[in-house]
Amino acid sequence: MKTLIIVPAYNEAGVIATTLQDLRKTLREDEIQADILVVDDGSTDQTGSIALPHTTHLLTHGRNCGLGAALATGIEYAKRQSYDYCVTFDSDGQHDAHDIPKALAKLEFGYDVVIGSRFVGTHSGMPASRRVVLFLGNLITLLFFGIWTSDSQSGFRGLSKRAIQDIALKSNRMEVSSEFFGEIHRLGLKFSEIPIYIRYTAYSLGKGQKNSASASVLLKLLYMLTQ
Amino acid sequence: MSLLLPVQIILLVFVLFAASRAVLQFRGGTIRFGALSFWLLIWAVALLAIFYPEETTRIARILGIGRGVDIVVYSSIAILFYLVFRLHVYLENIRTEISQLIREVSLKQVKKGGKK
Repeated sequence: MKTLIIVPAYNEAGVIATTLQDLRKTLREDEIQADILVVDDGSTDQTGSIALPHTTHLLTHGRNCGLGAALATGIEYAKRQSYDYCVTFDSDGQHDAHDIPKALAKLEFGYDVVIGSRFVGTHSGMPASRRVVLFLGNLITLLFFGIWTSDSQSGFRGLSKRAIQDIALKSNRMEVSSEFFGEIHRLGLKFSEIPIYIRYTAYSLGKGQKNSASASVLLKLLYMLTQ
Repeated sequence: MSLLLPVQIILLVFVLFAASRAVLQFRGGTIRFGALSFWLLIWAVALLAIFYPEETTRIARILGIGRGVDIVVYSSIAILFYLVFRLHVYLENIRTEISQLIREVSLKQVKKGGKK
Protein backbone atom coordinates (compact mmCIF):
# COMPACT_ATOMS: atom_id res chain seq x y z
CA MET A 1 0.00 0.00 0.00
CA LYS A 2 1.30 3.45 -0.98
CA THR A 3 1.60 5.57 2.14
CA LEU A 4 2.44 9.26 2.52
CA ILE A 5 3.40 11.03 5.73
CA ILE A 6 2.42 14.70 5.40
CA VAL A 7 4.50 17.08 7.54
CA PRO A 8 3.26 20.70 7.39
CA ALA A 9 5.97 23.07 8.56
CA TYR A 10 6.25 26.79 9.18
CA ASN A 11 9.48 28.29 10.53
CA GLU A 12 10.69 25.03 12.04
CA ALA A 13 14.35 25.34 11.03
CA GLY A 14 15.46 24.58 14.57
CA VAL A 15 13.74 21.19 14.83
CA ILE A 16 12.72 19.98 11.36
CA ALA A 17 15.90 17.99 10.69
CA THR A 18 15.65 16.11 14.02
CA THR A 19 11.91 15.48 13.52
CA LEU A 20 12.45 14.03 10.04
CA GLN A 21 15.50 11.96 11.08
CA ASP A 22 13.53 10.47 14.00
CA LEU A 23 10.58 9.85 11.71
CA ARG A 24 12.67 8.01 9.11
CA LYS A 25 14.53 5.99 11.74
CA THR A 26 11.28 4.88 13.37
CA LEU A 27 9.65 4.01 10.04
CA ARG A 28 12.67 1.79 9.27
CA GLU A 29 12.49 0.17 12.73
CA ASP A 30 8.78 -0.52 12.30
CA GLU A 31 9.32 -1.71 8.71
CA ILE A 32 6.86 0.83 7.31
CA GLN A 33 7.27 1.73 3.63
CA ALA A 34 6.18 5.34 3.35
CA ASP A 35 7.11 8.51 1.53
CA ILE A 36 7.50 11.72 3.48
CA LEU A 37 6.13 15.00 2.13
CA VAL A 38 7.12 18.23 3.83
CA VAL A 39 4.85 21.18 3.02
CA ASP A 40 6.83 24.31 3.79
CA ASP A 41 4.12 26.89 4.40
CA GLY A 42 6.03 29.98 3.32
CA SER A 43 8.67 29.83 6.04
CA THR A 44 10.89 32.86 6.38
CA ASP A 45 13.74 30.78 7.79
CA GLN A 46 15.63 27.84 6.26
CA THR A 47 12.95 25.19 7.00
CA GLY A 48 12.64 24.06 3.37
CA SER A 49 16.35 23.75 2.58
CA ILE A 50 17.05 22.03 5.90
CA ALA A 51 14.17 19.58 5.36
CA LEU A 52 15.01 18.70 1.76
CA PRO A 53 17.85 16.18 2.41
CA HIS A 54 15.69 14.36 4.99
CA THR A 55 12.43 14.05 3.08
CA THR A 56 11.11 12.28 -0.01
CA HIS A 57 9.32 15.32 -1.44
CA LEU A 58 9.09 18.98 -0.60
CA LEU A 59 6.34 21.39 -1.57
CA THR A 60 6.77 25.08 -0.87
CA HIS A 61 4.04 27.67 -0.46
CA GLY A 62 5.19 31.01 -1.85
CA ARG A 63 3.43 32.74 1.05
CA ASN A 64 2.33 31.65 4.52
CA CYS A 65 -1.26 30.43 4.13
CA GLY A 66 -1.80 28.62 7.44
CA LEU A 67 -1.94 25.07 8.77
CA GLY A 68 -5.24 24.25 7.05
CA ALA A 69 -3.94 25.33 3.65
CA ALA A 70 -0.70 23.35 4.14
CA LEU A 71 -2.64 20.20 5.04
CA ALA A 72 -4.96 20.68 2.07
CA THR A 73 -1.89 20.96 -0.19
CA GLY A 74 -0.48 17.72 1.23
CA ILE A 75 -3.79 15.89 0.83
CA GLU A 76 -4.16 17.21 -2.73
CA TYR A 77 -0.68 15.86 -3.51
CA ALA A 78 -1.63 12.45 -2.03
CA LYS A 79 -4.80 12.49 -4.16
CA ARG A 80 -2.99 13.33 -7.41
CA GLN A 81 -0.25 10.76 -6.74
CA SER A 82 -2.84 8.07 -5.88
CA TYR A 83 -1.64 7.28 -2.37
CA ASP A 84 -3.69 4.67 -0.51
CA TYR A 85 -3.09 6.11 2.95
CA CYS A 86 -1.72 9.27 4.40
CA VAL A 87 -0.83 10.37 7.91
CA THR A 88 -0.52 13.98 9.03
CA PHE A 89 2.38 14.45 11.41
CA ASP A 90 3.49 17.61 13.26
CA SER A 91 6.87 19.07 12.37
CA ASP A 92 7.72 20.35 15.86
CA GLY A 93 8.76 16.95 17.17
CA GLN A 94 5.85 16.38 19.55
CA HIS A 95 4.48 13.32 17.75
CA ASP A 96 5.95 9.83 18.08
CA ALA A 97 6.36 7.97 14.79
CA HIS A 98 5.81 4.66 16.63
CA ASP A 99 2.11 5.61 16.55
CA ILE A 100 2.01 5.52 12.74
CA PRO A 101 1.74 1.69 12.46
CA LYS A 102 -1.27 1.81 14.82
CA ALA A 103 -3.00 4.33 12.57
CA LEU A 104 -2.19 2.34 9.43
CA ALA A 105 -3.52 -0.85 11.05
CA LYS A 106 -6.85 0.90 11.69
CA LEU A 107 -6.97 2.16 8.11
CA GLU A 108 -6.25 -1.33 6.79
CA PHE A 109 -9.08 -2.55 9.02
CA GLY A 110 -11.45 -0.31 7.05
CA TYR A 111 -11.61 2.99 8.88
CA ASP A 112 -11.50 6.14 6.73
CA VAL A 113 -10.20 8.58 9.32
CA VAL A 114 -8.09 7.77 12.37
CA ILE A 115 -7.46 10.52 14.91
CA GLY A 116 -4.52 10.27 17.27
CA SER A 117 -5.91 11.25 20.65
CA ARG A 118 -3.86 12.77 23.42
CA PHE A 119 -6.53 11.89 25.95
CA VAL A 120 -6.59 8.13 25.62
CA GLY A 121 -2.81 7.83 25.69
CA THR A 122 0.09 9.24 27.64
CA HIS A 123 0.34 13.02 27.55
CA SER A 124 3.35 14.11 29.48
CA GLY A 125 3.50 17.75 30.47
CA MET A 126 0.14 19.00 29.13
CA PRO A 127 -0.84 22.13 31.10
CA ALA A 128 -4.24 22.05 32.84
CA SER A 129 -5.36 25.23 31.04
CA ARG A 130 -4.78 23.54 27.68
CA ARG A 131 -6.76 20.48 28.77
CA VAL A 132 -9.73 22.72 29.59
CA VAL A 133 -9.49 24.56 26.26
CA LEU A 134 -9.20 21.28 24.34
CA PHE A 135 -12.24 19.88 26.17
CA LEU A 136 -14.23 22.98 25.19
CA GLY A 137 -13.00 22.45 21.61
CA ASN A 138 -14.39 18.91 21.75
CA LEU A 139 -17.76 20.22 22.97
CA ILE A 140 -17.88 22.80 20.18
CA THR A 141 -17.00 20.12 17.61
CA LEU A 142 -19.86 17.99 18.95
CA LEU A 143 -22.24 20.97 18.81
CA PHE A 144 -21.27 22.07 15.30
CA PHE A 145 -20.50 18.78 13.60
CA GLY A 146 -22.40 16.18 15.63
CA ILE A 147 -19.33 14.05 16.34
CA TRP A 148 -17.86 13.39 19.75
CA THR A 149 -14.10 13.00 19.86
CA SER A 150 -11.72 12.99 22.79
CA ASP A 151 -9.27 15.22 20.89
CA SER A 152 -10.74 17.52 18.25
CA GLN A 153 -7.54 19.57 17.89
CA SER A 154 -5.11 16.70 17.31
CA GLY A 155 -2.61 17.11 14.47
CA PHE A 156 -2.06 13.38 14.11
CA ARG A 157 -4.52 11.87 11.62
CA GLY A 158 -4.64 8.89 9.33
CA LEU A 159 -6.69 9.06 6.12
CA SER A 160 -7.85 6.28 3.83
CA LYS A 161 -7.91 6.53 0.04
CA ARG A 162 -11.59 7.45 0.18
CA ALA A 163 -10.89 10.21 2.70
CA ILE A 164 -7.97 11.46 0.60
CA GLN A 165 -10.21 11.59 -2.47
CA ASP A 166 -13.28 13.16 -0.88
CA ILE A 167 -12.22 15.46 1.95
CA ALA A 168 -12.34 19.08 0.78
CA LEU A 169 -10.86 21.46 3.34
CA LYS A 170 -11.83 25.12 3.16
CA SER A 171 -10.33 26.64 6.27
CA ASN A 172 -6.82 27.98 5.99
CA ARG A 173 -5.73 28.11 9.59
CA MET A 174 -6.03 26.31 12.95
CA GLU A 175 -9.78 25.75 12.64
CA VAL A 176 -8.95 23.01 10.13
CA SER A 177 -8.71 20.51 13.01
CA SER A 178 -12.43 20.87 13.72
CA GLU A 179 -13.24 21.04 10.01
CA PHE A 180 -11.94 17.49 9.59
CA PHE A 181 -14.85 16.37 11.79
CA GLY A 182 -17.26 18.38 9.67
CA GLU A 183 -15.99 16.48 6.64
CA ILE A 184 -16.26 13.13 8.47
CA HIS A 185 -19.89 14.01 9.22
CA ARG A 186 -20.67 15.36 5.74
CA LEU A 187 -19.17 12.42 3.88
CA GLY A 188 -20.26 9.74 6.34
CA LEU A 189 -16.67 8.55 6.82
CA LYS A 190 -15.87 5.71 9.21
CA PHE A 191 -13.92 7.24 12.07
CA SER A 192 -11.85 5.88 14.94
CA GLU A 193 -9.36 7.09 17.53
CA ILE A 194 -6.05 5.68 18.67
CA PRO A 195 -4.03 6.66 21.71
CA ILE A 196 -0.87 8.56 20.86
CA TYR A 197 2.15 9.63 22.83
CA ILE A 198 2.90 13.34 22.88
CA ARG A 199 6.15 14.99 23.93
CA TYR A 200 5.28 18.43 25.26
CA THR A 201 8.32 20.64 25.27
CA ALA A 202 8.67 24.37 25.79
CA TYR A 203 9.29 24.62 22.04
CA SER A 204 6.18 22.71 20.95
CA LEU A 205 3.97 24.55 23.45
CA GLY A 206 5.29 27.85 22.15
CA LYS A 207 4.70 26.88 18.52
CA GLY A 208 1.35 25.13 18.86
CA GLN A 209 -2.18 26.44 18.98
CA LYS A 210 -2.40 29.08 21.70
CA ASN A 211 -5.25 29.04 24.23
CA SER A 212 -5.84 32.69 23.38
CA ALA A 213 -6.46 31.74 19.73
CA SER A 214 -9.51 29.66 20.71
CA ALA A 215 -11.94 32.57 20.34
CA SER A 216 -10.66 33.22 16.83
CA VAL A 217 -11.06 29.53 15.94
CA LEU A 218 -14.63 29.59 17.31
CA LEU A 219 -15.48 32.66 15.23
CA LYS A 220 -14.06 31.01 12.11
CA LEU A 221 -16.13 27.90 12.75
CA LEU A 222 -19.26 30.02 13.17
CA TYR A 223 -18.41 31.72 9.90
CA MET A 224 -17.93 28.34 8.17
CA LEU A 225 -21.42 27.30 9.26
CA THR A 226 -22.85 30.33 7.46
CA GLN A 227 -21.26 29.25 4.19
CA MET B 1 -38.52 74.22 0.70
CA SER B 2 -37.34 76.59 3.42
CA LEU B 3 -33.71 77.66 3.79
CA LEU B 4 -31.38 74.72 4.32
CA LEU B 5 -29.89 74.14 7.76
CA PRO B 6 -26.06 73.89 7.97
CA VAL B 7 -26.29 70.19 8.84
CA GLN B 8 -28.45 69.56 5.78
CA ILE B 9 -25.87 71.26 3.56
CA ILE B 10 -23.02 69.18 5.03
CA LEU B 11 -24.99 65.94 4.65
CA LEU B 12 -26.05 66.89 1.11
CA VAL B 13 -22.41 67.47 0.06
CA PHE B 14 -21.40 64.14 1.64
CA VAL B 15 -24.23 62.20 -0.05
CA LEU B 16 -23.45 63.72 -3.45
CA PHE B 17 -19.77 62.93 -2.98
CA ALA B 18 -20.52 59.30 -1.97
CA ALA B 19 -22.96 58.83 -4.87
CA SER B 20 -20.41 60.25 -7.34
CA ARG B 21 -17.81 57.74 -6.01
CA ALA B 22 -20.25 54.89 -6.65
CA VAL B 23 -20.83 56.09 -10.22
CA LEU B 24 -17.09 56.46 -10.83
CA GLN B 25 -16.42 52.95 -9.45
CA PHE B 26 -19.14 51.60 -11.78
CA ARG B 27 -17.63 53.42 -14.78
CA GLY B 28 -14.21 52.04 -13.84
CA GLY B 29 -15.63 48.54 -13.81
CA THR B 30 -14.89 47.98 -10.10
CA ILE B 31 -18.52 47.45 -9.12
CA ARG B 32 -21.38 45.96 -11.10
CA PHE B 33 -24.73 47.52 -11.99
CA GLY B 34 -26.43 45.74 -9.09
CA ALA B 35 -24.01 47.23 -6.57
CA LEU B 36 -24.35 50.68 -8.17
CA SER B 37 -28.14 50.46 -7.92
CA PHE B 38 -27.90 49.40 -4.25
CA TRP B 39 -25.68 52.34 -3.31
CA LEU B 40 -27.68 54.88 -5.31
CA LEU B 41 -30.83 53.65 -3.58
CA ILE B 42 -29.16 54.03 -0.17
CA TRP B 43 -28.05 57.59 -0.94
CA ALA B 44 -31.44 58.49 -2.44
CA VAL B 45 -33.14 57.37 0.77
CA ALA B 46 -30.55 59.38 2.72
CA LEU B 47 -31.40 62.48 0.64
CA LEU B 48 -35.11 62.04 1.37
CA ALA B 49 -34.34 61.72 5.08
CA ILE B 50 -32.21 64.89 4.97
CA PHE B 51 -34.79 67.03 3.19
CA TYR B 52 -37.97 65.53 4.64
CA PRO B 53 -37.05 64.63 8.24
CA GLU B 54 -40.74 64.81 9.24
CA GLU B 55 -41.39 61.85 6.92
CA THR B 56 -38.88 59.73 8.81
CA THR B 57 -40.69 60.63 12.02
CA ARG B 58 -43.99 59.52 10.48
CA ILE B 59 -42.48 56.18 9.42
CA ALA B 60 -40.86 55.81 12.85
CA ARG B 61 -44.23 56.25 14.59
CA ILE B 62 -45.82 53.65 12.31
CA LEU B 63 -43.05 51.23 13.36
CA GLY B 64 -43.45 52.11 17.04
CA ILE B 65 -40.23 54.12 17.30
CA GLY B 66 -40.42 57.59 18.83
CA ARG B 67 -38.24 59.80 16.66
CA GLY B 68 -37.39 59.80 12.97
CA VAL B 69 -33.67 60.13 13.69
CA ASP B 70 -33.82 56.90 15.72
CA ILE B 71 -35.09 54.87 12.78
CA VAL B 72 -32.28 56.31 10.64
CA VAL B 73 -29.69 55.29 13.26
CA TYR B 74 -31.20 51.81 13.79
CA SER B 75 -31.45 51.01 10.10
CA SER B 76 -27.95 52.42 9.46
CA ILE B 77 -26.46 50.12 12.12
CA ALA B 78 -28.31 47.12 10.68
CA ILE B 79 -27.09 47.92 7.16
CA LEU B 80 -23.53 48.44 8.44
CA PHE B 81 -23.54 45.05 10.21
CA TYR B 82 -24.73 43.39 7.03
CA LEU B 83 -22.10 45.14 4.90
CA VAL B 84 -19.32 44.19 7.34
CA PHE B 85 -20.48 40.57 7.09
CA ARG B 86 -20.49 40.76 3.28
CA LEU B 87 -17.02 42.28 3.37
CA HIS B 88 -15.83 39.49 5.66
CA VAL B 89 -17.21 36.85 3.29
CA TYR B 90 -15.55 38.60 0.39
CA LEU B 91 -12.17 38.73 2.14
CA GLU B 92 -12.40 35.07 3.18
CA ASN B 93 -13.18 34.09 -0.40
CA ILE B 94 -10.18 36.07 -1.63
CA ARG B 95 -7.97 34.43 1.01
CA THR B 96 -9.18 30.99 -0.09
CA GLU B 97 -8.56 31.80 -3.75
CA ILE B 98 -5.04 33.03 -2.97
CA SER B 99 -4.35 29.79 -1.05
CA GLN B 100 -5.62 27.73 -3.99
CA LEU B 101 -3.36 29.66 -6.34
CA ILE B 102 -0.34 29.17 -4.06
CA ARG B 103 -1.25 25.45 -3.77
CA GLU B 104 -1.38 24.96 -7.53
CA VAL B 105 1.97 26.69 -8.00
CA SER B 106 3.60 24.58 -5.27
CA LEU B 107 2.16 21.32 -6.69
CA LYS B 108 3.79 22.13 -10.03
CA GLN B 109 7.17 22.61 -8.36
CA VAL B 110 7.66 19.40 -6.37
CA LYS B 111 11.22 19.06 -5.13
CA LYS B 112 12.66 15.57 -4.82
CA GLY B 113 14.25 15.11 -1.45
CA GLY B 114 17.41 13.27 -0.53
CA LYS B 115 15.63 10.26 1.00
CA LYS B 116 13.46 7.57 -0.54
